Amino acid sequence: MLRYTLKRLLSLLVSLAVASVVIFAVIEVAPGDPASFMLGVNAQEDTLAALRAELGLDVSKTQRYFNWISGMLVGDFGTSYTYRTPVSQMIADRLWVSLPLALYALTLSTLIAFPAGIYAAARRGKPGDLTVMGATQLGIAVPNFWFAMMLVLIFAINLRWFNAGGFAGWDNGFWTGLHSLTLPAIALALPQAAILARVMRSSLLDILAEDFMRTARAKGLTRRQALWRHGVRNALIPVLTIIGLQFSFLLAGSIIIEQVFYLPGLGRLVFQAISARDLIVVESVVMLLVFAVITVNFLVDLAYAAVDPRLRSRT
Amino acid sequence: MSLLQIQNLSLSIHGQPILKDVSLSIDPGQIVAVTGESGSGKSMTALAVMQLLPNGADATGTIELDGQELLDRPEAQMCALRGAAIGMVFQEPMTALNPVKTIGDQVMETILIHKAMPPARARARAQEVLERVGLPPDRFPLGRYPHELSGGQRQRVVIAMAIALRPKLLIADEPTTALDVTTQAQILDLLKDLVLEYGMGLLMITHDLAVVAEMANQITVMRHGEVIERGATQHLLQNMQHPYTRMLFEASDHQVNLPDPTSPQPLLEVTQVVREYRLPRTGLFDTPGSHRAVDGVSFTLNRGERLGLVGESGCGKSTLTRAILGLEEVQSGQILLDGQPVFSGHRPNLAVRRKMQVVFQDPYGSFNPRHRVARLITEPFHLLEVPPTGTERQERIAEMLTAVGLRPDDAGKYIHEFSGGQRQRIAIARALITRPELIVFDEAVSALDVSVRAQILDLLADLCAAYDLTYLFISHDLSVVRTITDRVLVMQSGKIVEQGETEQVFSNPQHPYTQTLIAAAPKLPDIHVETA
Repeated sequence: MLRYTLKRLLSLLVSLAVASVVIFAVIEVAPGDPASFMLGVNAQEDTLAALRAELGLDVSKTQRYFNWISGMLVGDFGTSYTYRTPVSQMIADRLWVSLPLALYALTLSTLIAFPAGIYAAARRGKPGDLTVMGATQLGIAVPNFWFAMMLVLIFAINLRWFNAGGFAGWDNGFWTGLHSLTLPAIALALPQAAILARVMRSSLLDILAEDFMRTARAKGLTRRQALWRHGVRNALIPVLTIIGLQFSFLLAGSIIIEQVFYLPGLGRLVFQAISARDLIVVESVVMLLVFAVITVNFLVDLAYAAVDPRLRSRT
Repeated sequence: MSLLQIQNLSLSIHGQPILKDVSLSIDPGQIVAVTGESGSGKSMTALAVMQLLPNGADATGTIELDGQELLDRPEAQMCALRGAAIGMVFQEPMTALNPVKTIGDQVMETILIHKAMPPARARARAQEVLERVGLPPDRFPLGRYPHELSGGQRQRVVIAMAIALRPKLLIADEPTTALDVTTQAQILDLLKDLVLEYGMGLLMITHDLAVVAEMANQITVMRHGEVIERGATQHLLQNMQHPYTRMLFEASDHQVNLPDPTSPQPLLEVTQVVREYRLPRTGLFDTPGSHRAVDGVSFTLNRGERLGLVGESGCGKSTLTRAILGLEEVQSGQILLDGQPVFSGHRPNLAVRRKMQVVFQDPYGSFNPRHRVARLITEPFHLLEVPPTGTERQERIAEMLTAVGLRPDDAGKYIHEFSGGQRQRIAIARALITRPELIVFDEAVSALDVSVRAQILDLLADLCAAYDLTYLFISHDLSVVRTITDRVLVMQSGKIVEQGETEQVFSNPQHPYTQTLIAAAPKLPDIHVETA
């Protein structure tokens, strides 16, 4: 298990290094000079040069890459071209919204999907299964921004249980913060839950057809005992894969929901930074997201090994 | 009173009749074998006793265990009986165990689910039964996972789970079909001993008459869901009444007449072939070890000769076969077909490749279900420089289908329209269509019922006469190899330990391993079957 973990960790570091080079290269080749963008078309050549020097744009590309990386390692992400504030501060503020939102949505989606998927698999072909499958079909089909607007309409405008948008901040207490993230989290979670429930169901159905399930029944386990003791854990591998993918998506891909609920999250930050050619912010946020995705994959790999002993002994 | 008494059991699944008036009985300490070909209903009979029938099953008649009717029992009571009063062992040990739980947990589960004893004692009992089935705790601790065990060892774990609570009745459904002959012999001995020791009744489902003859006190022969003959083993085998029983018995030991091989002229020359696989490193900085799957193998296959290759799983048969077919490069040594290397440089030599074809074991998995037979059997044409087209192609297809005993208009059908035996005929047609110099049969008849197997063996003998075939016949089934080959190679741990004329090797084996193999293979009693 230790060797497996070390190997995964090594692959995590290599992936990060490669990703950083790719991100830097891709963003650097994108057209547009931040300095001339900031100063407008009529800027003087010497003013431009001074700004470039100030922004660190006047050195070679290799030099800039290493400056960027070494800065990031000590938490210095550079200064935003447009806002002139430290990028690390900007990201940290947004991360405190996006990360809890993603975790909240993921928790909700897992809490909905697991029981729904297991229930449907246990009652394959029966009305219960058909109902759950119909609901998941709907959950995948409904666009989440429309669903989000419906949530606002019902729970914020009519029932007045929640605010229609904005983030109360964590300074006013954990529950207040969580409360203001609830509607966005539900809007994000439902389509994900629908997908996850379907994966759980089909994975479990495959396992239920396995020989060892029949062995378990021959030992005297009831259908339900066999399902819980031998089925669910074996069905988890594909489900974990999907959870990992969903977390990455929820962290970065919630831009529409952030827009609907007027949340100051990472998605909006990236959107604004791209519009303003604020390359250093874009680079840093993308790098952060890559870091998050790779770390989540690492954790998913560890979870695989925890679930399946065959992976532990393999290299 | 009998331990298990089945009377007039009829079963239908979604209205489709599966069993008709099946009756049989088992006494304590008795071994009753139910035999028959696939689809005869033998496994369904076993599952009916367990009440583990598929959805939509409707059973009538009576199944009494110790005088208690099982058919109308509520599910909760059946759960209490399964595992405690009736144990069951299945065919496929590789998949019968949960891969994510330790063997100890799985054996203990049988005990704990019936609340038969507290966990500490259940643990001790699990250790005890695992030791009893030949997995002593010092070498096979309870914390082992199934993937760390071989097929035979896993089957022992399954047996341990089934007997942990000393059930009165043990049902074994093809318990040794997936195992090697030597492992099969050990498992059969274990089952026999357990029956004696515990006084259990054993209901043994098997298609293998030789196993039946060696094991059972009573035989029940089934066909199409009906019992057609039953009686005490010796008596039944000596007085087979039903023609089907006689046919089964004959087909199990089917002999064919091969034409004499032509004058010896080497076709395939294998010289000092070595194939190694790298093993995973044991430590971060260790040099990885290696496993020699094929270790210095040399032999020659003459034109027109039928050569057998036998050995147990993991002996290197498949690796050697892949190397001969040019599917895998070897580290050293040489494989020549017709004087030309199978591998040229690091790529398979196409000129040689088109002179070889192969027939695989699984008639269900080795065809693309979306293609018609005509396309399936002409697939090897892509190896040819100028593949036949138009009427020539049609004629070749018709000729091949006729040669393997099918009709030319079968070419327009899809593979699911054929039975397992017919599919294997199609596989042979596919192998023959380019008129290859060498055909490799890789366990080509192992998945077939005995009667179908006999027909395919006859077909091979006919084709040998018609097309002068040269083939390498790989099988774990010694009785088949004995009749269908002229010469045989015996392989153990990557080495050829014995080779010679088939009849010579079988009647007078020299190497201890060959002797073990032949001794372990179950044999049909020498009974002359009168052809009525």
